[in-house]
Amino acid sequence: MAAMTPTPEPSGKTDSAQIRIKDLHKSFGPKVVLDGVSIDIAPAESLVVIGGSGTGKSVLLKHVIGLLKPDSGTVEVDGTAVETLGNREITEFRRKFGMAFQEGALFDSMTVWQNVAFPLQRLTKMSREEIDDRVQECLKMVRLSGVGDKLPSQLSGGMRRRVGFARAVAHQPEILLFDEPTTGLDPVTTALIGEVILDLSDRLKTTTITITHDMESAFLIGDRIAMLYQGKIIADAPPEEFQRLEDPRVQQFIHGKAEGPLSEVTLEPDDPDSGGSGDPDL
Amino acid sequence: MKLPDSVENFFEQMGRFMQMVGRVFAWTPRPPYDWRELFRQMVKVGVNSMPVVLLTAMFTGMVLALQTFSVLRRFNAESFVGSLVALSMVRELSSVLSGLIVAGRAGSAMGAELGTMRVTEQIDALEVMATDPVHYLVVPRVWATTITLPLLVVLGNGVGIFGGYLVAVVLMGANPVSYVDRTFQYMELNDLLSGLIKAGVFGFLLAVIGCQQGFYTTGGAEGVGRSTTAAVVVASIAILISDFFLTRLLF
Repeated sequence: MAAMTPTPEPSGKTDSAQIRIKDLHKSFGPKVVLDGVSIDIAPAESLVVIGGSGTGKSVLLKHVIGLLKPDSGTVEVDGTAVETLGNREITEFRRKFGMAFQEGALFDSMTVWQNVAFPLQRLTKMSREEIDDRVQECLKMVRLSGVGDKLPSQLSGGMRRRVGFARAVAHQPEILLFDEPTTGLDPVTTALIGEVILDLSDRLKTTTITITHDMESAFLIGDRIAMLYQGKIIADAPPEEFQRLEDPRVQQFIHGKAEGPLSEVTLEPDDPDSGGSGDPDL
Repeated sequence: MKLPDSVENFFEQMGRFMQMVGRVFAWTPRPPYDWRELFRQMVKVGVNSMPVVLLTAMFTGMVLALQTFSVLRRFNAESFVGSLVALSMVRELSSVLSGLIVAGRAGSAMGAELGTMRVTEQIDALEVMATDPVHYLVVPRVWATTITLPLLVVLGNGVGIFGGYLVAVVLMGANPVSYVDRTFQYMELNDLLSGLIKAGVFGFLLAVIGCQQGFYTTGGAEGVGRSTTAAVVVASIAILISDFFLTRLLF
């Protein structure tokens, strides 16, 4: 399943970058999570960020959409520095985005239909009929027609995540963010979700950033793969090239070996709460 | 200079509390107004807590009558039992006890609910979809509790006074007519109102504290448990301490 889509500027060092992250630093208490991350993402490009648990991949994503503010450095989206936006501006700014969260983050008091309709009610002026049409369309896109009346608790983990995708794309955002879309799912569901993402980004021509530590879906989804290690981007290349990189850390990660230069970090406990200083999940 | 953790924690909590109060007031006047959610929360707070509130008020009134009857008899003043029970319930006990009960039922539920939404990223999801979580989740809960608690207290007043009447008249053989007379003879409107004002303040406090504890939850399921406990403990302390100052202020 290596259906690669050609991208306009796969190198990432262009002037037409839609998202430009420059020298981003972020610490939670004494723990340095991002230590000078710089990366550009071109319009309609699909970037996959890989890295071990607790390396700050989700933190990076949350900076792009302004859920976290950087200690220093900037995140620019379409030329706007995200961290300078005030409360009202950021609401407007976030219309551009759709984000699918790790476990779906569906509202558990609402049905699937209400979940997918939520961004449409909040972000668009669509009529009730238009919303219903769009919800059905989005559910079909993630191959979940007919579950609209169910509550999230009645769905499997993979289904919840696909509903999360439907919710993320419902208002037709320009940029899609996927946070660990396949973690903890069986191989078949993983493949299905990879295809759904590919399908979404191909069909909708959206810019996507996907975070994962699953190499198979990384190669499937990405036009470009970047690896985050100890708060820095240590590799950044198109998939075929990425596979051939000689950096031992990259090779260890791709082939999932226990022994190697990454071992210390990948063995570190995943619990972000040990500091007790209000860290969000890393 | 490093402050002890407990002191630092206290100021952190206070800061978050004040911040939450500020955000609640800032968001309340802004549309869209979610009347249905407000009503839904009022029903939830009221219906959940009503049986326990009424039971507590009933037995508190009964015990008050029992206790004061035997003490006042020593002064030949047992005819004042009615006044004493009524004034104690209306001015003080009904609002404080209801506040503590609602903190245990509704406040803890808010801590658990918002805490779960925080650790499962539902609060982040709200923000991403251009919805302020304080506006959407906290504002209706806070005002629903602020309105509902005084209503519960009105019911508690009635039931507590009735409990006192039962014990005094049926058990102790007081004269029913003069008992009822005494119940209302010394009561002023101010007694009733100040009890209700207190209840409103307690409702506001316990809901803000419950929501705030949930809102800043970290650390998964264990964290949700901590927030739920803290919601009850902190709210109960806040109710007891603010009760003193409110009483000083209102009477």
